[in-house]
Amino acid sequence: MIGVLTAVLSPVVAAVAQILVLLVLLAAVHLPLGAYLARTYTSPNHLRVERLWYRAVRVDPDAEQRWTTYLMSLLGFSLVSVLFLYGLERLQAHLPWNLGLTGFDPAGAWNSAVSFTTNTNWQWYSGEAAAGHLLQMAGFAVQNFVSASVGMAVAIALVRGFARSGTDARIGNFWSDLTRGVVRVLLPLAAVAAVVLMASGVIQNLDPHTALRTVEGASQHVLGGPVASQEAIKDLGTNGGGFFNANSAHPLENPTPFTNLVEIFLLLLIPFSLPRTFGLMVGDRRQGWAILGVMAGLWAASLALTTWAEMAGPGAAPQAAGAAMEGKETRFGLAASALFAVSTTATSTGSVNSMHDSFTAPGGGMLLFNMLLGEVAPGGVGAGLYGMLVLAVVAVFVAGLMVGRTPEYLGKKIGRPEMTVVALYVLTVPALVLVGTAVSVVVEPGLAGVQDPGPHGLSEVLYAFASAANNNGSAFAGLTSGTPFYEVAQGLAMLAGRFIPIALVLALAGRLASQTTVPATSGTLPTHRPLFAGLLAAVTIVVVGLTFIPVLSLGPVVESLS
Amino acid sequence: MATTTVASDLATLTRHSLAGLRMLLAFTLVTGLAYPLAMTAVGQVAFPWQANGSLVRSDGAPTTSRSDAVGSALVAQGFTGAEYFHPRPSAGAYDTLASGGSNLGPLNPDLVASIEGRKAAVATEDGVTAADVPPDAVTASASGLDPHISPAYAAIQVERVARARGLSDAAVADLVARHTAGRDLGVLGEARVNVLELNLALDVADLRP
Repeated sequence: MIGVLTAVLSPVVAAVAQILVLLVLLAAVHLPLGAYLARTYTSPNHLRVERLWYRAVRVDPDAEQRWTTYLMSLLGFSLVSVLFLYGLERLQAHLPWNLGLTGFDPAGAWNSAVSFTTNTNWQWYSGEAAAGHLLQMAGFAVQNFVSASVGMAVAIALVRGFARSGTDARIGNFWSDLTRGVVRVLLPLAAVAAVVLMASGVIQNLDPHTALRTVEGASQHVLGGPVASQEAIKDLGTNGGGFFNANSAHPLENPTPFTNLVEIFLLLLIPFSLPRTFGLMVGDRRQGWAILGVMAGLWAASLALTTWAEMAGPGAAPQAAGAAMEGKETRFGLAASALFAVSTTATSTGSVNSMHDSFTAPGGGMLLFNMLLGEVAPGGVGAGLYGMLVLAVVAVFVAGLMVGRTPEYLGKKIGRPEMTVVALYVLTVPALVLVGTAVSVVVEPGLAGVQDPGPHGLSEVLYAFASAANNNGSAFAGLTSGTPFYEVAQGLAMLAGRFIPIALVLALAGRLASQTTVPATSGTLPTHRPLFAGLLAAVTIVVVGLTFIPVLSLGPVVESLS
Repeated sequence: MATTTVASDLATLTRHSLAGLRMLLAFTLVTGLAYPLAMTAVGQVAFPWQANGSLVRSDGAPTTSRSDAVGSALVAQGFTGAEYFHPRPSAGAYDTLASGGSNLGPLNPDLVASIEGRKAAVATEDGVTAADVPPDAVTASASGLDPHISPAYAAIQVERVARARGLSDAAVADLVARHTAGRDLGVLGEARVNVLELNLALDVADLRP
């Protein structure tokens, strides 16, 4: 019966139905999860296991930190994370479960240590040929959890800035936020997801890769590894670093259309739930709905355009083949590949179930655009919410300029110091993307990595720096990034693209928390109405458009027109 | 004055880094060892076949023993014999230690040329016109290990396989139909044929008239 139905359903109807299934699941879960997240970060009580934890690591979870102290704790933790992971990568040859693999070279180890610590998960290496099981577990999986928790902590700190009044810049306790994010949210959800993935065919063992004889007598390796546990947190934490080189296109990471839907659901789950958390914490759920509406609207628009582009299949290669199936898996086809691709670039995930470099010119251009938006629709775990809230401040500022009064958002005055911080935030990542791209296309080691001729070559480099600076991690993988030039340059872009915005967000949070809340008057712009949501969406697109139109014109736009 | 500030900032950062190191070590124990090992235990007990790679024997039966296996039901093998159904092209020559796609852009002349070349080769081998060759037959998959082909690509291979095995087209087409899966839950992904499972079934089944 289902077979008959399937045969009858046109590809477009099936594509729409698939998206609806995803939306129904997200709609059902984001309210309870958003409320749970709000409780997680506002409850004064510690779990018993958390008390033991804080005692063992000797930190005080109840000390309210000023923003500077919060930032110091965050930077200290991230610093040792980079060093520890760098050490594990360099010393791999001497670790157990290394599958006989050697350590990473210094430039590669630097790149990957920064990549996983910054929630980017850009991978210059091929997982099955470079990373042993211990490095995957004790190195990469740990950062998949904690880098996601750091992102949530920063978002929550900013929300506290709005919610609190006159607190002397105190925005919470980093150690408590970090621990609760892992213990109460990520770890239980990842464990459930890992079991679902295992049941559906994702492998989970500690065996090495061993050779067997195929049916026709060729040699092929049976792969081993703790993949399901990694896969679950890779998507849930919007990290994106694949166990294998093919990432979520690999049939042992993502074996069926069902697991594909599960993985897309996981990577959108927390980013789409956090607006509810925000609404609850600032005491006005409508504010959360407005933010969610803008995120979902931008995501849906991008999805519609990308799906249309892939199903239409413009361009010489898709036309020659009959469809844009180069770099896509049969079980996913065009629609489920576009759905994954949009969701992974609109969050800061960067895992892929299809090769973005082979997408049609307008489809690949949309994926690039999603990242250039700053990954706010819905964005990475935590990073999406704080990015969107910063843009909301820009939007009320623009509205304030129009009517000539001091702008306010959620009862907080947006004055010159606040706008200075926000302006620096908005400029940081675009500057990294454009400078990184510009340098790479004029120096010899940068040009050496480019695979495709013409405008697509520029798109490959632009995509790489957009991905690194926005902490996404997906690639137009034709670019050979496993060279010292790209490893060092991308590492710097990832580091600056993560921690400069975080420092600015925490500074903003501190200033806001110090202010007393002013009551709304008849002249206050309501920030929960469609008018404001429309303004916010427009600001998001215009800021990006003005910044990137020249370089997008030279890359994907020229390509789409040729 | 400035030096004192820098020195005290560095001291503060060091103090926070030491606390961070203790935190990180604790997280490494819990999320880096306890979590994956616990999941491994669950997988090995509850889903041993899936957790060990969905391996199959030459008679098509599932196995968890690597020494008995001829492959994984989830991983493509590079079948070339006329008596077997062929998988999609692989950018990594079906090497599981080199998964990935070609990553060639949509306007790349080399990609267009290889698509045209594959199309001509498939048309000749399967005795169909170039226009009848479906897209998945001429494009490299994302993983290089795509275990499936479209029902359309299976359909144009039926006649060649039947001839090579001295079977009727109808018998082979019937076996293909039995190894065709529809969209998951009716709407997820695409319909597909598992090439390894189909080929093993061909080897085992007694389809002679």
